[in-house]
Amino acid sequence: MTAPTDFTLAGARAALARREISAAELTRAHLAAIEALNPRLNAYISATPELALAQAEAADAALARGEGRALTGIPLAIKDLFCTAGTRTTAGSRILGNFVPPYESTVSGNLLRDGAVFLGKANLDEFAMGSSNTTSAFGPVENPWKREGEAETFLVPGGSSGGSAAAVAARLALGATATDTGGSIRQPAAFCGIAGIKPTYGRCSRFGIVAFASSLDQAGPVARTVEDCAILLGSMAGFDPKDSTSADIAVPDFAAACARGVKGLRIGIPREYRLDGLPAEIAALWEQGMAWLKAEGAELVEISLPHTKYALPTYYIVAPAEASSNLARYDGVRFGLRENGEDLKDLYERTRAAGFGEEVRRRILIGTYVLSAGYYDAYYLKAQQVRALIKRDFDQAWEKVDAILTPATPSAAFGRDEKQDDPVAMYLNDVFTVTANLAGIPGLAVPAGQDVKGLPLGLQVLGKPFDEETVFAVGGAIERAAGFTALPALRAAA
Amino acid sequence: MSYTIEGETGPWELVIGLEVHAQVTSQAKLFSGAATEFGAEPNAQVSFIDAGFPGMLPVINRECVAQAVRTGLGLKAQVNLWSRFDRKNYFYADLPQGYQISQYQHPVIGQGEIEIELADGTTKMVGITRLHLEQDAGKSLHDQHPSKSYIDLNRSGVALMEIVSEPDMRSPEEAGAYLTKLRQILRYLGTCDGNMEQGSLRADVNVSVRKAGEGFRTRCEVKNVNSIRFVMQAVEAEARRQIEVWESGGVVEQETRLFDTTRGVTRSMRSKEDAHDYRYFPDPDLPPLVLEQTWVDELEAALPELPDARRARYVGEFGLTPYDAHVLTLEKETAAFYEAVAKGRDPKMAANWVTGDFFAGLNRTGHSIGDSPVSAGNLGSLLDLIKDGTLSGKLAKEVLEAMFETGKPPSAIVEERGLKQVTDTGAIEAVIDDVMARNADKVAEFRSGKEKLFGFFVGQTMKAMQGKGNPALVNDLLKQKLAG
Repeated sequence: MTAPTDFTLAGARAALARREISAAELTRAHLAAIEALNPRLNAYISATPELALAQAEAADAALARGEGRALTGIPLAIKDLFCTAGTRTTAGSRILGNFVPPYESTVSGNLLRDGAVFLGKANLDEFAMGSSNTTSAFGPVENPWKREGEAETFLVPGGSSGGSAAAVAARLALGATATDTGGSIRQPAAFCGIAGIKPTYGRCSRFGIVAFASSLDQAGPVARTVEDCAILLGSMAGFDPKDSTSADIAVPDFAAACARGVKGLRIGIPREYRLDGLPAEIAALWEQGMAWLKAEGAELVEISLPHTKYALPTYYIVAPAEASSNLARYDGVRFGLRENGEDLKDLYERTRAAGFGEEVRRRILIGTYVLSAGYYDAYYLKAQQVRALIKRDFDQAWEKVDAILTPATPSAAFGRDEKQDDPVAMYLNDVFTVTANLAGIPGLAVPAGQDVKGLPLGLQVLGKPFDEETVFAVGGAIERAAGFTALPALRAAA
Repeated sequence: MSYTIEGETGPWELVIGLEVHAQVTSQAKLFSGAATEFGAEPNAQVSFIDAGFPGMLPVINRECVAQAVRTGLGLKAQVNLWSRFDRKNYFYADLPQGYQISQYQHPVIGQGEIEIELADGTTKMVGITRLHLEQDAGKSLHDQHPSKSYIDLNRSGVALMEIVSEPDMRSPEEAGAYLTKLRQILRYLGTCDGNMEQGSLRADVNVSVRKAGEGFRTRCEVKNVNSIRFVMQAVEAEARRQIEVWESGGVVEQETRLFDTTRGVTRSMRSKEDAHDYRYFPDPDLPPLVLEQTWVDELEAALPELPDARRARYVGEFGLTPYDAHVLTLEKETAAFYEAVAKGRDPKMAANWVTGDFFAGLNRTGHSIGDSPVSAGNLGSLLDLIKDGTLSGKLAKEVLEAMFETGKPPSAIVEERGLKQVTDTGAIEAVIDDVMARNADKVAEFRSGKEKLFGFFVGQTMKAMQGKGNPALVNDLLKQKLAG
């Protein structure tokens, strides 16, 4: 019999429906796994066992009444960037260390509406700023995967949704919410050998999600299969009048799209993504992905996205600019941390110095600089112009192709002590993922292979705006072809 | 002769422009559903959005946009179908988000104009540069505690229209007339209550001075002036200060100043060097504001008549004097009252009564038109009683006084006090006969040519009738009888 923590989300749902397992049993198994492994992995900032068990009991009652919904009784981790009513929400920052929101984010509210059980709040890079989950004020998250023969090397899970990805990979949750501003869903999913989708900008409401960069932030799920991601996204997505950038577009049956196949689809291969110095095994995996899709009846089309090389610098102007403004509200006046000072200015300085970590301060400074009088035109305005060109690159590509295939990351998970002293090297993690945020298009990371040390590697599928269905179809095909069954070293029921 | 201030070096011209912040009349704030009523307990009208809580997002209030468009149409201004909200970033304790959402580069309303009326009867056009929507900040209360400041966020997020004029005004009077007219238009439109004491309308006054024929010199901005009188005083005080600086060989520095109303002078608030770098950029939480022309057309079709049009109609259709038309249209409520009185009646007579005895009555009893004890309907009925001869003009004045005291309709007062005019010729003749009998000597004098005694007989007759004789009948019958 399958251990409760080894179910896929779809499998657990079926087992719950057949009453082979109760929601309470499923939840208890995950809570036990958290208790056993979280002290090491640090994937959760806050576990909420009492709440989870109460929700599980309510789920069992609903199932008994035949009132099960899409996620009734499914235990999930919620990235600690989503405000959860009555449960501390920290954004991974000291400045919100004791913040308990009196309101629920729309996305987490949608999951509750559909019967989900919340196991706790997942760790993340502070304010979602990072690619390694090492900037969290609540300590780094450990990747449950190990390089062969290096059982003691602490690898990062990627970031910023490192806690979400590690929790799902280590079987401390069946799925998790995450957010993606420049790759924060897809890169940790790839590093942890799971799937994760950043949907089209506007697909999920941003209401109640602690903002990093408003024009780029988008919520999405991470889970162990493409179908599980599709099921979760189906509940998370939908128009929300409380978010002016939310799209009033119907939510299709994403899960049904996963099995569609790729026959007749035109898959774009962007030549600009063949970076100098791309590790051979990443290049080889990409070739393998192309071969799989071709074998399934897709047509491969070489395309050009000529402004790709400007994407990373553009991102690192736009995102910090918006962040510098979005984070101004953390001033010690109304909520969160306050360090009293001589006067108002002193209070601000002490509070923000004590409350924000180094990476957050760096980005606030960069953002403040690029918006300053005299620099705005050269940086922010120019970046917006380049962003429009990057979006146009994709618009033109959609005339020729239905989806685009790229590597998810330029490397496998790295060690905690690697890349830490050079922020720019760290920023390069996002090289394949930021374009989707700048263009607002959906991007899915799907586990597709392993490097020589046995670490998971992912491929990325990009799609047209609001065409997540095709993205799921291509992702599903890759998943089936790859037959990725490797398991992380650290996991529940191992 | 244009307005100048005489300095040691001769006359100086003034150049004045106003930035007016007008609170939009609306149920809810610009980007949150919170209420906007004045005078609520501190922090009673604050949503999590207004308090800048994590994850909260702004959603534009359609009615606030409609109010801005109505105002733009009332100012004969261009309505921009595409506009955008920007963030103006600065830190202050009563600015919860750390930025104000405003329209910096692309305002919803572009150029327009206002015609102002001056005391000498002339008019002048003042250009409107732009009107944009923005959020108000909260209020810091520094006097509640010896070492702490308190913050009231009730105003935080309330919709303001910032209305910027061209530097077209040249005297304190023109600045006052501009603000008066702008306030009048806003109140007619119902887009701002114009209440300056409560802060619903406040003006930043930009002033510079120059010698005749020069271009503009450096200006200073006097912030947050909260009455029309203070605006006029601030203009003059600031102009005199600048003249003194220039004439003593100094240079006027661009800066923000405050008007000290007790001392009647302006003082420096912050210099250009201290000016914030607001780091404006488009608010990524809000898509551009796109208006449909058909929606703008609907708003335009539903606009109320504005003071200029109404004044012209009173002169053209009703034959009122320009002065009366001006007085009656100053306030929307007055015009509405007047029109209710004038409806179906002689408009000139109605104007005379409204601007004359009725206004005097309001003044005397300390009422405003809003809480007048005399309703427009009752004043109209009074005019009807004059018209049909029931009351003489003199009696009507008495009745109106009683109406102010009691609030009763004129018919009830006439009934109670027996004030009805006597039109029975027999009764009047009997009185005249008695008067003539008692004054036989005067009758003889009259008949021998001393015709100016006619007034004496009228007076005696009316006196005997306690003023209730119909004046026309009394006149006619006296003429007949005295003629013998």
